[in-house]
Amino acid sequence: MDTMEKLRILSDAAKYDAACTSSGAQKSARRGGIGSAEACGICHSFAGDGRCISLLKVLQTNVCVYDCAYCVNRRSNDTRRASFSPRELAELTIAFYRRNYIEGLFLSSGVAGTPDAATEKMIETLRLLREEYRFSGYIHAKAIPGADAALVRRLGLLADRLSVNIELPSGASLQRLAPDKTKAAILAPMSLIRGGIDENRRDLVRFRHSPHFAPAGQSTQMIIGATNETDRQILTLTAALYERYRLKRVFYSAYIPVNDARALPPVSTPPPLWREHRLYQGDWLLRFYGFSSDELFDGTEGRLHPYLDPKCHWALRHKEIFPLEVNRAPYELLLRVPGIGVKSAWRITRARRAAALTWDALTKIGVVTKRARHFLVANGKRYFDAPAAKEDILLDLMSPRERALYRAETAPVRQLSLFEEETPTLSPIERKELACLAAPI
Amino acid sequence: MSRRPDLKTAANSALTYRYDGSFEGFLCCVFESYTAHEMPTAIVGPDAPEISLFDVKDISTDEEHAARVACSIPARISPAADELLRHAFLTCLPEKELVMLRFLRQGYRYGARFLSFAGNEEVWRLTEAVKRLLHEAHLLKGFIRFSDQKGVLVTTIGPKNFVLPFLAHHFAARFPEEHILIYDEIHHAALVYRPYESAVIPMDAFLAAPPDEEERKFRALWRSFYDTIEIRPRHNEKCRMTLLPKRYWKYMTEFTKDEPPEMNMIGAAT
Repeated sequence: MDTMEKLRILSDAAKYDAACTSSGAQKSARRGGIGSAEACGICHSFAGDGRCISLLKVLQTNVCVYDCAYCVNRRSNDTRRASFSPRELAELTIAFYRRNYIEGLFLSSGVAGTPDAATEKMIETLRLLREEYRFSGYIHAKAIPGADAALVRRLGLLADRLSVNIELPSGASLQRLAPDKTKAAILAPMSLIRGGIDENRRDLVRFRHSPHFAPAGQSTQMIIGATNETDRQILTLTAALYERYRLKRVFYSAYIPVNDARALPPVSTPPPLWREHRLYQGDWLLRFYGFSSDELFDGTEGRLHPYLDPKCHWALRHKEIFPLEVNRAPYELLLRVPGIGVKSAWRITRARRAAALTWDALTKIGVVTKRARHFLVANGKRYFDAPAAKEDILLDLMSPRERALYRAETAPVRQLSLFEEETPTLSPIERKELACLAAPI
Repeated sequence: MSRRPDLKTAANSALTYRYDGSFEGFLCCVFESYTAHEMPTAIVGPDAPEISLFDVKDISTDEEHAARVACSIPARISPAADELLRHAFLTCLPEKELVMLRFLRQGYRYGARFLSFAGNEEVWRLTEAVKRLLHEAHLLKGFIRFSDQKGVLVTTIGPKNFVLPFLAHHFAARFPEEHILIYDEIHHAALVYRPYESAVIPMDAFLAAPPDEEERKFRALWRSFYDTIEIRPRHNEKCRMTLLPKRYWKYMTEFTKDEPPEMNMIGAAT
């Protein structure tokens, strides 16, 4: 089999891993070497689905002894199998990297033989890259549950970021769909990596040249919509992962039916993209806005609102806090105002030291008032023509696409007003999303 | 005309400055504006078409005058203003020289605090233009596609802003042992790098040689990877276009096709 064929098979098998970030590490090439990394990450291209292509995302092999129902590479699936030899993959990575196609390598693997054997193959690829090609670009490697602790450690010393996929949001789902994997086997390498990173941080304080262990941290991914966990369960798990394992990121992947198994949604089910989007919004609130997972769901049924982003929905449930005076509210509360993000909140706290902020001044320093005007008072004044009717506020808080979705799904109760807003027509893709939102989650 | 011309009244004089297009030349325009007590209504480069309607004053570049103005900016306004101005000169902002002159005239009056006047027209326009320049430079760090031409990595780009100076450090840190040529076909300049030294030089034209067999192979591999990595049920054309604007496509391997190799080349390869 030639390289072209292998690359096609092994990138096709790897593409359901959501993460393609190259952020978190900052370094330049050594003399005689090749490769650097920027802390902010660099996107080299964008695929037709709009996702960033930063890393060469491939499997070492798609031969797998496991039989996880949701996975294209499961043993019982009749698909073509291929493997890269470590040398072949290292050469390909360097050839792509030199031409500036990629920012580095994202290496994962099916479990051919034992987890240890699969990990050793990956280690050999990374060793070739780091030692023979003197490559210091970004490498994201996937730790295989069940591999020996010493091997995971070695992997962490070669890679910039490590990840272990938690796969499904609960132990019960895992048992049902991935009988060869257990929750304990997945969490074990995660805490191992966390221990490695912590230890390395202490070492670096004492010895400047001690080797870096996964300097860009670890991440994980779970599949959304293949099993019936609620949003609340998922985000509670996420919060626990951030706290207990100090993950840099948790990725969600809307389940795309690749196999027809009785335990799974049928192949015709469209991926729950809106739900994935809402979960990411919730994830951001956990990481940057000081929300706890309980707060996101107080007074709801454990499901994020289909038409409103979780922050707007929270604000509407907590009217007692609002309106806030923009010149006096503490930073933590400003962050809770819909439409004000980390940057705007920071700008407000800085600008109000110089002079009291009016609505005009807020716009000038770059704060978008479309949503925020319903929740703020500037220098004692409310926004001059903010709509007051409940329905209008609700529509105001939605993005055009959310509004289209909302209007299409709820019967047109509203009478025509004189200046009826143009309702965007739905494209076929949006129709599909609409169908999956309507389906029971 | 009063001794310290106020911007509005002075602008009535309908005067055009023509300079040599260099940053030093621009500084001499600033010098002239102050010594002659006048405010031009336009500042044009050397290639601008002849305008008969207005008076055109040719500003010759004098190193001493330029140096005097250059020293005054960090000293009398601030080092940050100096950097903003030097970056702004590389942007594609329309009438940037005039905006920069207005910026300087106000800057000299208000001093260091001028940069924090968020509502000021000139501060805002220059800051936004520089933001777009740096953003384009960041995008190109990823979107540039090199071809290996007998061991030299070459590419052509067509950016709106003059981004080459911002790419030098990045590619030098990434490929210290390579020989690199990045040709900017809009601004007719090139960034050339050979181990441990780089320079931005003017260049009128550059035509890459046709790819050899190995180059073709890796291009084909990359195109195949690009097509495979998309998850089809999630196709989202609008999202791709927002993140990867179409004007970059014609320079990128994944969106272009190679001409079939000529017969004699195949003969040579086999």
